[in-house]
Amino acid sequence: MSAFGRFTHAVVRAVPRSLATEALRTGSVEELDLPRAQHEHELYVSVLKQRLGLEVLELPADEALPDCVFVEDAAVVCGDTALITRPGAASRRNETEAVKDALTKLGLKIVEMTDESATLDGGDVLFTGREFFVGLSKRTNQRGAEILADAFKDYAVSMVPVQGYLHLKSFCSMAGPDLIAIGSSDAAQKALKIMQQMSDHKYDKLTVPDDLAANCIYMNLPGKGDVLLHCTPEEFPESVKVFEKLKDHMLIPVSNQEKVKVDGALTCCSVLVCKNSV
Amino acid sequence: MTTEVGSETDVKKEPEKVPEVQHQTDPVQTDQPDKPADSDPQPVASVAQPEESRSVEPESPQEESSSPDPSSPPAIGGQKKEKGISRFLPPWLKRQKSQSQDQASESAESAEKPQSLKEEEEESEPKDQPDGAGAAPNTEKTEEVKEESRPEEVQLEENEKEEEKSVGSADTQPVREEKEAESEVKEREEEKKEEEQVIQQETSVLSPLRLNKKMKMVVCHVTLLDGTQFSCEVEKRAKGQYLFFQVCEQLNLVEKDYFGLSFKDNAEQRCWLDPTKEIKRQIRNSQWQFAFSVKFYPPDPSQLTEDITRYLLCLQLRQDIASGRLPCSFVTHALLGSYSLQAELGDYDPEEHRLDYISDFQFAPNQTKELEEKVVELHKSHRGMTPAQADAQFLENAKKLSMYGVDLHHAKDSEGVDIMLGVCANGLLIYKDRLRINRFAWPKILKISYKRSNFYIKIRPGEAEQFESTVGFKLPNHRAAKRVWKVCVEHHTFFRLMSPENPTKSKFLTLGSKFRYSGRTQAQTRQASSLIDRPAPYFQRTSSKRISRSLDGAPMVNVSDYSHAVDSALTAGAGENGPALELNSDSKSPQVEVVEKPDMDVATSVTYESAIEQTDKGGTGAPERKSKLRVQGENIYVRHSNLMLEDLDKTQEDVLKHQASISELKRSFMEATPEPRPSQWDKRLTGSPATTLRLQAQGSTEVKPEVNGQPEVVEVVEETVVIEEVIKAKPKSSAPETPVTVETEVKEERSLSSDSESEEEEAEYHAQTPSASISVQQIEEEPEEEQEAGLIPQALPSVVESQPITEAEPADSAPSAEEEQATAQPEEEERTDKDDAPNGHAAEAPPPLRAVEEEPPVVNGSVSRVEAELLPQVICCSEPPVVKTEMVTISDTFAAQKTEISTKEVPIVHTETKTITYEAAQLDGNGDGEPGVLMTAQTITSESLCTTTTTHITKTLKGGLSETRIEKRIVITGDSDIDHDQALAQAIKEAKEQHPDMSVTRVVVHKETELAEDED
Repeated sequence: MSAFGRFTHAVVRAVPRSLATEALRTGSVEELDLPRAQHEHELYVSVLKQRLGLEVLELPADEALPDCVFVEDAAVVCGDTALITRPGAASRRNETEAVKDALTKLGLKIVEMTDESATLDGGDVLFTGREFFVGLSKRTNQRGAEILADAFKDYAVSMVPVQGYLHLKSFCSMAGPDLIAIGSSDAAQKALKIMQQMSDHKYDKLTVPDDLAANCIYMNLPGKGDVLLHCTPEEFPESVKVFEKLKDHMLIPVSNQEKVKVDGALTCCSVLVCKNSV
Repeated sequence: MTTEVGSETDVKKEPEKVPEVQHQTDPVQTDQPDKPADSDPQPVASVAQPEESRSVEPESPQEESSSPDPSSPPAIGGQKKEKGISRFLPPWLKRQKSQSQDQASESAESAEKPQSLKEEEEESEPKDQPDGAGAAPNTEKTEEVKEESRPEEVQLEENEKEEEKSVGSADTQPVREEKEAESEVKEREEEKKEEEQVIQQETSVLSPLRLNKKMKMVVCHVTLLDGTQFSCEVEKRAKGQYLFFQVCEQLNLVEKDYFGLSFKDNAEQRCWLDPTKEIKRQIRNSQWQFAFSVKFYPPDPSQLTEDITRYLLCLQLRQDIASGRLPCSFVTHALLGSYSLQAELGDYDPEEHRLDYISDFQFAPNQTKELEEKVVELHKSHRGMTPAQADAQFLENAKKLSMYGVDLHHAKDSEGVDIMLGVCANGLLIYKDRLRINRFAWPKILKISYKRSNFYIKIRPGEAEQFESTVGFKLPNHRAAKRVWKVCVEHHTFFRLMSPENPTKSKFLTLGSKFRYSGRTQAQTRQASSLIDRPAPYFQRTSSKRISRSLDGAPMVNVSDYSHAVDSALTAGAGENGPALELNSDSKSPQVEVVEKPDMDVATSVTYESAIEQTDKGGTGAPERKSKLRVQGENIYVRHSNLMLEDLDKTQEDVLKHQASISELKRSFMEATPEPRPSQWDKRLTGSPATTLRLQAQGSTEVKPEVNGQPEVVEVVEETVVIEEVIKAKPKSSAPETPVTVETEVKEERSLSSDSESEEEEAEYHAQTPSASISVQQIEEEPEEEQEAGLIPQALPSVVESQPITEAEPADSAPSAEEEQATAQPEEEERTDKDDAPNGHAAEAPPPLRAVEEEPPVVNGSVSRVEAELLPQVICCSEPPVVKTEMVTISDTFAAQKTEISTKEVPIVHTETKTITYEAAQLDGNGDGEPGVLMTAQTITSESLCTTTTTHITKTLKGGLSETRIEKRIVITGDSDIDHDQALAQAIKEAKEQHPDMSVTRVVVHKETELAEDED
């Protein structure tokens, strides 16, 4: 029950070459520029490591797992507990192994999702600091959410239907304590409404013009205060203007141009951990 | 010695004594022992009432009186012959009987004296009235006998320990017998000449004495939060409140509104003890075993004023956690556990606190070594923290848990999928397994209702939606549905409202149950506790070890026998209710079938006539008595016929006329009242815009009119406690089409019992939004809330909708269903809608809607006519017949209704009046015209009530029969908190007690309530 956004460690995974060709895609058919994607990822990791001072565990890529760079889907960490998921896409199931090992190494209490009827992608899990919202998507089902609820008993777990996007966090994320960044599409707004209805808490919302821009990474780090990693002006100029209104935040634009082509978002590329959570 | 023992004793005595009696007389004969020799009346009485109901004093007289019934007495030799004589004997015997009974069961305590005096008074009274000559001498004798016998009996009591009772009675009996024998002989001779009537009257007179005498005490066992047991004696008919206050006093708890007492019902389900209702009626046959627990979990415990309150909350939460009711993660278990240790043990002490020092504590449902180690580790880190600080920290962490303060109920959705309904401070949560699948914040909910085993909530339309939707859930049974409904009503009121709804008003709003949360709201309790001015009370923190251990201690119920002075007539009267009701409630289930199914579709009004005729001819002893039996249940049967059709045809003039006559009636009532307010009546009369409106509605609309009419109907609540009669069917009779509500005269049978505990078939509760004040809690306004004002019109229809619920079919599952059948309530209200109120605030809206205007039945002296008109039923259609999990949009109906909303805008009337007429069966002899004799006039002031009773007695002689009519006028004035039904029930009970041999044939209730002043 530590302060929301407090992290000490991050788990990331390198970009496999297979990402360009074999990664799962939902919409975009744009060709992914592998070198640029790799560079993009390196920048991302360096922000975490150098800029923010997190201890970063970098897992090697696995060519057999084209989507392995998106470690977020493999585990949900909250407090001292890590729930190792059962990703909705069968081809990604093996991604969890390496992530589990890494999290185990960090001393987290590991909970595994062994139920074969359950699926859950970490990208569908929004933790607000007070409760969980789990997107019911093509990748995540109710059973997966139930197991999540069982793993994190302190928190309410509410279901939010996700339509038109891969994950719940494809159009929203936390931009601060009790602050939800949300896209402006109907789908996003509808999901937000549901979340508001389901919650006993009242969240502020930060509405950005572009749904994809609503995926950002909030941290609250000692000595740095509120930190927000968000999209770059090149990608979503209008949305960046919205982020820039957050005067108290340390704003760090991080490019995600390439990975977005394979449905990758900022949050997808890391699992954040707070080791002193208790 | 406990009460129960007393009753048991009686029972025990029976067998022993009965044999004795048999030698002498027919054991079966209760009231009228044939032989003078039969000196021991008790056995007889007990025979009559073998049941435990002995404790039920009010009943006993009735039963006894009924026993003589020709049909009942078994033909045993000689009995018949003697009957003539025996008839005359009974009174005396009875009197003694009553004394001996009372005394036997009572311990010789100081209380007794006042009682005896009373008895004497009462006894003497009746005698004078009936037959002066013969009776007077007798009376004297009896009294003598009484006094003589008394001391003996007292001794008896003393001598008699519970085990020895039989012996004791045996000893005393001889003495008694002798005396009685003497008196009896004399009496016989004199009495022979007397008429039966006299006897009866005397009997009736006597009975009250007996009734009043016993004040049974019961020991209640309350499991406190620290696991200890608190035992407390309460009067058997005490209300929940009494016990609760005792417990709070014991705990030195001031901020008590967050807490409550619960008990396990027969199905092992936890039920909250309603403070305003008698305990006995609520627990029914369960043990007098309760648990003191937190009922409303304060969302922010830091706002509690006193540490002791926080401490108790901690204890509750520890229980919740250890039992698994409040799920926590490992870390949280450890953290909370460590705070518990700190609070109870203080700083970690390596010397004292060995490894296993905590193994006795239960921190989690499944406690592991690992957890204990973690707890210890954390405990060490709390060094220096005071117990109060540790508690505060505990609460700060516990309150964040998602299931904190969530009261879960098993249910199924429309598809039969298992879900959980979680009632909490902010609203209703729906869970499937551990997932929250929906949530309905209080502001979103327009109405909460239940019908049979279904529980419904009506949802305020969202931005995009046009209509309200209703969501239904299926609960395991009727009781469960009612339970969740009650919990919702209470939580909504406590957390959402600034002050509880006015109970009086709420009555009109509901159908079926008038249950409302009557305690303080959170806002009120916070305010109150901010005024607490006392040094922090000292209290001992008990080790949590005890919690786990003592919880399952087997509670033993000890009953003690206490003799108590009868307080005021009022209390006594009220008390008597208990037993009678009990009977009803017990017998409920079978009755359900009796209920006839109302046809909702039927356009025509079908009237069910309950052919229950109770005659009360003073003279006819036997037959009448029988009828009395029925009355026992405190039910008054009202005949009802269908005048609906007539009403339909009424013109506005008729209506006005009707009203005028009503007002006249009311006026006459008012004269008797200390504070007549004729002006208001007048206002009402002239200003009855409502009437006009209704008329319009009637004439024009068919189905739609319900909107107007409906609300009225809606308010009608009939609680039928009466088991036997058909009456319940009546409500159904209402023709759906009859918009005529206005004129209807409702005839119904209504159980006088004030006990709303009985199970209502269904009930609903309209969420009242805090009008002026939005509850403190609701700081975070839900987006929906903004719309409230605009939505009001929409909301209105919903009200209407509720009615459909009317007891269409007897609850299949709920045995209790019969108890409260929503039938047309007799209330006639002249109440106008406040609806029009400019302040369109939603909060205000609901009440106005319900404002119903019913025409008071004209009860001008003429006994017979009351017609029931229940329009409301029509609406039923709108209610989803099937439980729906998903939002159900009811379009047409609502839309139609909405258009009519305008009608509701009626000028405000300041006074609310209500006249209820209950008619028992018919008396042919209408003594009405005859000038009565003013017998008594007394005023009793207690608490907030002022009761004035005026009694007129009229005697007429017809043929060989003399008929005595007693008319009592009781005026009760007090603040709005009066439970009118209860007062009524009480009054009736008292009347019955005083004249057990007479039957209540008519009850006219006239009620005037001042509405909020602002409306003036």
